[in-house]
Amino acid sequence: MPPTSKGSGLAVGEEAARSAVYTSDEMMTVTAARSLKDGQVCFVGIGLPSEAANLARLSHAPQVVLIYESGTIGTRPDILPLSIGDGELAETADLVVGVPEIFAYWLQAGRIDVGFLSAAQIDRYGNLNSTVIGPYDRPDVRLPGAGGAPEIAANAGEVIVMLRQTPRSFVPAVDFVTSLGFGRHGEGRSGSHGDGPTLVITDQGVLKPDTATHELTLVATHPGVDVETVRAHTGWELRVAEAVEVTEPPTTEELVILRDLKDRTRLAHAG
Amino acid sequence: MAEIVSLRDAIADLVPDGATIAMEGFTHLIPFAAGHELIRQRKKDLTLSRMTPDVVYDQLIGMGCARKLIFSWGGNPGVGSLHRFRDAVEHDFPHPLEIEEHSHAGMAARYAAGASGLPFAVLRGYDGTDLGDHTRVAPIRCPFTDEELAAVPALNPDVTVIHAQQADRRGNIGMWGITGVQREAVLAARSAIVTVEEVVDELSASGPNHVVLPGWTVSAIALVPGGSHPSYAMGFSTRDNAFYTGWDAISRDRESFARWMEDFVLGAEDHAAYLERLGLGGG
Repeated sequence: MPPTSKGSGLAVGEEAARSAVYTSDEMMTVTAARSLKDGQVCFVGIGLPSEAANLARLSHAPQVVLIYESGTIGTRPDILPLSIGDGELAETADLVVGVPEIFAYWLQAGRIDVGFLSAAQIDRYGNLNSTVIGPYDRPDVRLPGAGGAPEIAANAGEVIVMLRQTPRSFVPAVDFVTSLGFGRHGEGRSGSHGDGPTLVITDQGVLKPDTATHELTLVATHPGVDVETVRAHTGWELRVAEAVEVTEPPTTEELVILRDLKDRTRLAHAG
Repeated sequence: MAEIVSLRDAIADLVPDGATIAMEGFTHLIPFAAGHELIRQRKKDLTLSRMTPDVVYDQLIGMGCARKLIFSWGGNPGVGSLHRFRDAVEHDFPHPLEIEEHSHAGMAARYAAGASGLPFAVLRGYDGTDLGDHTRVAPIRCPFTDEELAAVPALNPDVTVIHAQQADRRGNIGMWGITGVQREAVLAARSAIVTVEEVVDELSASGPNHVVLPGWTVSAIALVPGGSHPSYAMGFSTRDNAFYTGWDAISRDRESFARWMEDFVLGAEDHAAYLERLGLGGG
């Protein structure tokens, strides 16, 4: 449930002025943060997912349990980590375990409610690529690779995907399936334990897999973004829900918390 | 029983050309000083194993020390690409690099199988991904439940190198914070080198649960303060995030990379001299 806008009492002009002063990335991060429920156990990827998960923890979900693949469990970083294993994560964790243990006892065993992932490419069935652009043996771009993603996608209760929406990232067929969504042809997830991607949150709007066909369907656009724009940012013929909602814009409180977090982080990393 | 020796001697004695070497440390406690010593000694044809290759393997690959890379995530964390790694994979520069890639869960399981003396590990993973077509993973059926799982081969390096906070005089290793896959990587290897921040009479954390590796599981220990820079050793240093960010520009270009390696690694006789050249010495 998204929080109600604190700005509902503002005059129309002021409302418009306020909504003009956040970025599309902030809209994406705030939307992703709202999708985490208080008390959930969340396996967090670095970058955009880490930003969103910590915004959730610092706003509506103080009891969310954040786990990073470095083995830090229940961590409460005051600044965003640059790497998955910054000291900040260990120092503020409830406990730190080894890497074989985090993947076996915690992720594989089914103790994770939500996995938060990003990728370089996604297709219409929510399959993710973070391995190569182009052919595997002679790639145009060699990306970092799988990391923890394949088993997060397989074994987390559900997966929330965050990435910026462009025709280059939303492609008809991913060059490599690093992490399984619903299969290259939407055939489903027979061998996997989790539900797979339930939400894809972008800088344009929100997509959900159709319950029957598993095809990603646009269910909401962010304020000021029309459906045609989202279509133009998608590399396949985008399926659109009958009633497309409009996301609530960020509240002042959400923006203040997020910007403070990012300012603290910038200062700390300037070294 | 571990001997306390110089890093130069440990690398010269225990790492032949062509060896399979694992240098582990999950963001924390990365054995950079040992990586630099491999470069100074011009080691070649190495098979490098590491879950997260990080800047240390970017340097080894760029300097032509590696024939093959076994890994699961090869990026500059939070910054972007490892440019020397990419140049090797995309353009065969300075020479072709064979790769064998897994997921983190798969790599961790491979080391754990190696440490356990088993031929392979079983996990619930890889299913539905394209990794199976390109790496060493095979389906296996559980004999009790019939569930189909993934099998990955054990990983047993010739040498594992790690960095830890402390060793006591009997060679027992004390390590804390994010401890990654280091115990498994050491116990899976035929020999192991540990660089440490300090050698002490008594480890800081008391009690037998705080010794992560007893001295008799380690071949050689070398005292190398700051030996994980630009990674860090909790309690001794913090991660040099500005260095990692700055590495992007240095490593993007072949010549600026080569110049940097000449100035800060090849031109420095040891790790203390490297830190000195970076303006981090004398601490």
